[in-house]
Amino acid sequence: MASTHKAIKISQKHLLGIQDLSINDINLILNEAKTFITLNKSKNKKLDILRGKTQINLFFEPSTRTQSSFELAGKRLGADVMSMNIVNSAIKKGETLIDTAMTLNAMHPDIIVIRHQDSGACNLLSQKVNCAVINAGDGRREHPTQALLDALTIIDRKQKIQGLRIAICGDILHSRVARSNIYLLNMLGAEVNIIAPSNLMPKDISKLGVNIFSNMKEGLKDCDIVMMLRLQNERMTSSFLSSNREYYEYYGLTPDKLNFAKKDALIMHPGPMNRGIEIDTKLADDINKSVIKEQVELGVAVRMACLKIFCE
Amino acid sequence: MKKQYFLNANIIDPKNSLEELGGLIINEEGKIEAVGKKVNKNNIPSREKYIDLKERYLIPGLVDMRVFVGEPGYEYKENFRTLSNAALAGGVTSVVTMPNTSPIIDNVSIVDFLKRRGRDKSKINIFPSASLTKGIEGTNMTEFGLLQKKGIIAFTDGIKTIQNSRLMSRIMRSAFDLDCLIMQHAEDYELSNNGMMNDGVIATKLGLQGIPDLAEKIIIERDLSLLEDFNCRYHISQISSSKSLNIISNKKDQVNFTTGVSINNLSLNENDIGDFRTFLKLSPPLRTEDDRNSLIAGINKDLIDVIVSDHKPEDEESKRLTFSQAATGASGIETLLPLSLELFHNNSIKLSKLIQLLTSNPAKILKIDKGNLSIGNDADFCIVDLYKPWIVKKEKMISKSKNTCIEDKKLQGQVTNTFVKGIELFKI
Repeated sequence: MASTHKAIKISQKHLLGIQDLSINDINLILNEAKTFITLNKSKNKKLDILRGKTQINLFFEPSTRTQSSFELAGKRLGADVMSMNIVNSAIKKGETLIDTAMTLNAMHPDIIVIRHQDSGACNLLSQKVNCAVINAGDGRREHPTQALLDALTIIDRKQKIQGLRIAICGDILHSRVARSNIYLLNMLGAEVNIIAPSNLMPKDISKLGVNIFSNMKEGLKDCDIVMMLRLQNERMTSSFLSSNREYYEYYGLTPDKLNFAKKDALIMHPGPMNRGIEIDTKLADDINKSVIKEQVELGVAVRMACLKIFCE
Repeated sequence: MKKQYFLNANIIDPKNSLEELGGLIINEEGKIEAVGKKVNKNNIPSREKYIDLKERYLIPGLVDMRVFVGEPGYEYKENFRTLSNAALAGGVTSVVTMPNTSPIIDNVSIVDFLKRRGRDKSKINIFPSASLTKGIEGTNMTEFGLLQKKGIIAFTDGIKTIQNSRLMSRIMRSAFDLDCLIMQHAEDYELSNNGMMNDGVIATKLGLQGIPDLAEKIIIERDLSLLEDFNCRYHISQISSSKSLNIISNKKDQVNFTTGVSINNLSLNENDIGDFRTFLKLSPPLRTEDDRNSLIAGINKDLIDVIVSDHKPEDEESKRLTFSQAATGASGIETLLPLSLELFHNNSIKLSKLIQLLTSNPAKILKIDKGNLSIGNDADFCIVDLYKPWIVKKEKMISKSKNTCIEDKKLQGQVTNTFVKGIELFKI
């Protein structure tokens, strides 16, 4: 593990979004993460790189995989991890985000991992605390560690990202994962296709340098990677779609539709999945095509890398 | 009061088509006795003291048609005293206050209170508006006639829009009968639902729900169509986009109406929101640079009649939140004129045109004899150093709320003195 001895330099104090990172930053994180992949498979998974450091997980939105992934990542690096589910505490008593931040800041954490339903919440937090802030998802803006783990998964399977054609399909409008992935995959040289019904397509997204499609056949053509997104019904306040079954008919990933993509195309999904709505259940479990479980596995490695790099 | 003489000033008085170097005489009652080039050193009594303005600009006090005051209910944001001090610092001597207080200005008993407070605590002319509907709920009309008799100058739901077309047509009919001025904030709620900023690539990048320009256009289109059948005095409070301007341009020859724009939409665009700057969360939202440019063109083509500050004081706590939770609006009455002057300095709009949209035009719409330097009128005016550079600093703001959307902006041109009824109430 030569990289642990190298002086690590990242251009940012916080990890708020892929938008803020340089290509060097991204390579730094991905290379660091690679070293943790093997560690996570070994018998003794514990390191003491972050011994004595305090990590606070501040989750204002319910989360299973991201929160446990960050918690595990911190613990494996030897940090003291405290997870706070704000959903049912201070905020209910009327405390503002800034006040919560100030309170936690007084406890001298070294790193705060935040998930919040409002876009930009992590930016606000980062202005008010002394420690590093890692964004674990803010509203529909960014989810940088998800994009990084997606990139790591693709590299792990395809050995590269440069030159690949990658389709991101589904509820782009409400998706922070889509946004972070668009920035990251573009930076790493992929061609990105966005496929969504017009009602779930954000305004002017083509200006972010992606090709937009409203049907799967055209959008999936010659794709190396098919990234499906969860239909975020909880964020839909008014009628975006007529029904789930119609959505599945047109935008659900089925073996038929997958045939439009390249033969060796891989299926990805950030989870949690709505089986039978955006993805055929057998396809999701097909170990030859789906890398969904691998995404979760590499997620821990990526978060370990981020914690390590931003803690320093 | 002693007679006062001001000489050697660049006088601009759009109502009287005055644009010349000259002087101003104020009589013992604080009224304008003479104005213009006739007033010079030679024709004033030699023993009288005079003030040489050294070619600084002397213009009528501004009439700001869209001002939120926190009284009653939100005195911690702004009260009549702090509002008038801020207004005077910006050369504003008359304001139309919005009814969005707590309680809402929707019945005659509150108007009495308001007028009393306005009279006792304010140094400027307060023209209160009342709501179109009770509790600004958009369902039942207020008593336009009785409220108007009590001194209400216009009717508007302020930050809210009448969504119901039938109600809007009835409002227009009543307003026609009673000769009331209706001011509509144009926003279709279904389209703007949960929106926080202009719908476009910036909103997409910031992950914020957008407010499409269609939300504004549709209401304007509807109201102007209704107006064809129910002609009343109708004013669009503010527009923000070129789409709205196109509708206005098409309808201008067919129906009578007037249009306002906020200085914020004339000076800033959506890019200025930057990294979630909540002080720039405004309604209508800041739109694209193309929209901003078309609004300027709209002024030059006489499609827009009034520039307002849309002064909406908010305390710090309402803004120290995430963008979606933060309150909407910016405090801006004291920077209305200096920020407008930026449009003169960068050759976007002629100076006399700007002054017209800030003084005589709003007065004409409101049917008040303000915003001019007519002989016999109250001497409400300000003196402006047109070229003085300065920087907007939050801590130097006079308004009780410091939520300016142009913090640290470099401006050129500042009000040096403001007079109301011949009394100097502000001096830099």
